[in-house]
Amino acid sequence: MRLTAEEKKILRGAMGPAAKLALELQVEIGKFFGARRFVPVSNVHMMGDIEVMGDGGKDFLERMVKLGARCVRNTTTNARCFDFDYVAMLGQDAGEADKERKLISCLRQLNVVTADTCINYQTIYQPHKGERVAWGDTGTVIYANSVFGARSNFESGPAALAAAITGRVPEYGFHLDRHRRGTIKVSVTARLEDLADWGAVGKIVGSAHQDYFAVPVFDGIKEKPSADQLKHLGAALASYGSMGMFHMVGVTPEAPTLRAAFGGRRPRTTMTITSRDIDRVYAGYETHGNPLNLVVFSGPQQSLFEMKRLAELLDGRKVKPGTRVFVTTSNGVKSAAAKLGYLDKITTAGATVLEGVCFYILQNIAQIRVKNGWSNLVTNSAKLANIIGAHRFNAILRRTAACIDIACAGEDRP
Amino acid sequence: MRCPSPARGRDGTGSLRVTRAFGAAVEGEALISDEGFSPRYDLDRWTGLISRPGHALEGRDIKDKILITPSAKGGIAAGWAFYDIKCKGIAPKAFVFGITNPVMVQGAVFAGITITEGWSRDPHDIFKTGDIVRVDPGRKTIELVNRRATSQGGGT
Repeated sequence: MRLTAEEKKILRGAMGPAAKLALELQVEIGKFFGARRFVPVSNVHMMGDIEVMGDGGKDFLERMVKLGARCVRNTTTNARCFDFDYVAMLGQDAGEADKERKLISCLRQLNVVTADTCINYQTIYQPHKGERVAWGDTGTVIYANSVFGARSNFESGPAALAAAITGRVPEYGFHLDRHRRGTIKVSVTARLEDLADWGAVGKIVGSAHQDYFAVPVFDGIKEKPSADQLKHLGAALASYGSMGMFHMVGVTPEAPTLRAAFGGRRPRTTMTITSRDIDRVYAGYETHGNPLNLVVFSGPQQSLFEMKRLAELLDGRKVKPGTRVFVTTSNGVKSAAAKLGYLDKITTAGATVLEGVCFYILQNIAQIRVKNGWSNLVTNSAKLANIIGAHRFNAILRRTAACIDIACAGEDRP
Repeated sequence: MRCPSPARGRDGTGSLRVTRAFGAAVEGEALISDEGFSPRYDLDRWTGLISRPGHALEGRDIKDKILITPSAKGGIAAGWAFYDIKCKGIAPKAFVFGITNPVMVQGAVFAGITITEGWSRDPHDIFKTGDIVRVDPGRKTIELVNRRATSQGGGT
């Protein structure tokens, strides 16, 4: 890699041992991908919670604090594994919760804003076209690249932290024009209404093309999608397909036309998604004879408009005895939902609203499942339906209103 | 320590070339998957066992293995998770991906675990689960060292 004089100074330790360590890590990553240089980033979003970091990761962060590390870019945190108000109610480990508190303290000493949200792109920071950022949580990255036209690779916890400390990233992947062009043409004739329909599209396309550098181009979609619909589409593409970018002709900034989306190249492959394909996704889930007694709205966290919709659907209804409903959102959205009366309607109906977390990364989630005798998990999030299997839940994707009907009446109407 | 001469593969060459590589040269038992891998979706990060129901390697232990897998799946978690499993002593010696993503690379580099991407051919043509293989990032090769004993369990 070509290094600037400043980067050479950092590697010699002139900016301190933490910056040296961070840049050394980034140089190795850059070399792997054949990056020729570093490029500056303006904003960082990182994952840092005890469930995924473990004691080793926590020790590393404590070491970085001792080494005097400091983030030089605005840096926010992704959803974490504890809402401290619900540790006892969920049956989570109090010792691990204490570690999480210490970890949060470390992050703040490093100059990190512990916002604890996976929808930073809806609630905190919206980069402009061409702006380079270093974001982690795959859903945030695919949204940044696709909807904003900003530039980011998947930056996992240690890589994002390194970017926050050095203010730069190696230039590879979606920082380069050649990787941002479409590779797959997806013609959509299906009518997409509910958020789950958009997630189902992401599931179909992502499952068929598990490749970070595959860039689907959606064409023919009749509806002008909302931010929440694009969020569910992107989150599902990233989850099922490990994808970091998509285009939508006439919607996303780098796809004013089909030709522009492909950068003049021909698609490597094409596919069509019809309403029958979407119906087949819903029909593909089985209850295995077990009760539908857990409904979750999470992964990504709910936006204010999603909270409003849930409040409207739950208004005047009650969650069925023996059934649990969980909703996760950010602190900011929960506060606004409280002020607007949405939170009251949701909780009065019997749902539990957790803040700063995502359901699938809750500490002890596998044990919580066993303790509650849960097997099926009903959700309107295709992403959650994909990843919750790791904790041996049987996920069932349903449209939002159908999820509420299952929660309140036990009726499954896919 | 001198490494034994590579044994010959079924096609006679005994070697797989990779496109990109990082880390120290390592030798270990191959564990070949026909399915992609994610440390968050597929792995029990306390035991090192593949835990996702229905995964091609469900129930298999990745500790000290050369994990050969066609693709990287989903999430951002690998960045910390690889370091976590290394600290817990249950990490594989190397990840050999057909197609990977930056998260896996960032995680492996951070944890100091050998990682490669890109296959010159189908690894099934050369290796079987249980074979002893050598991953050499400097030469960008993976070589067969010893065939597994016939009594050993296999399954890919």
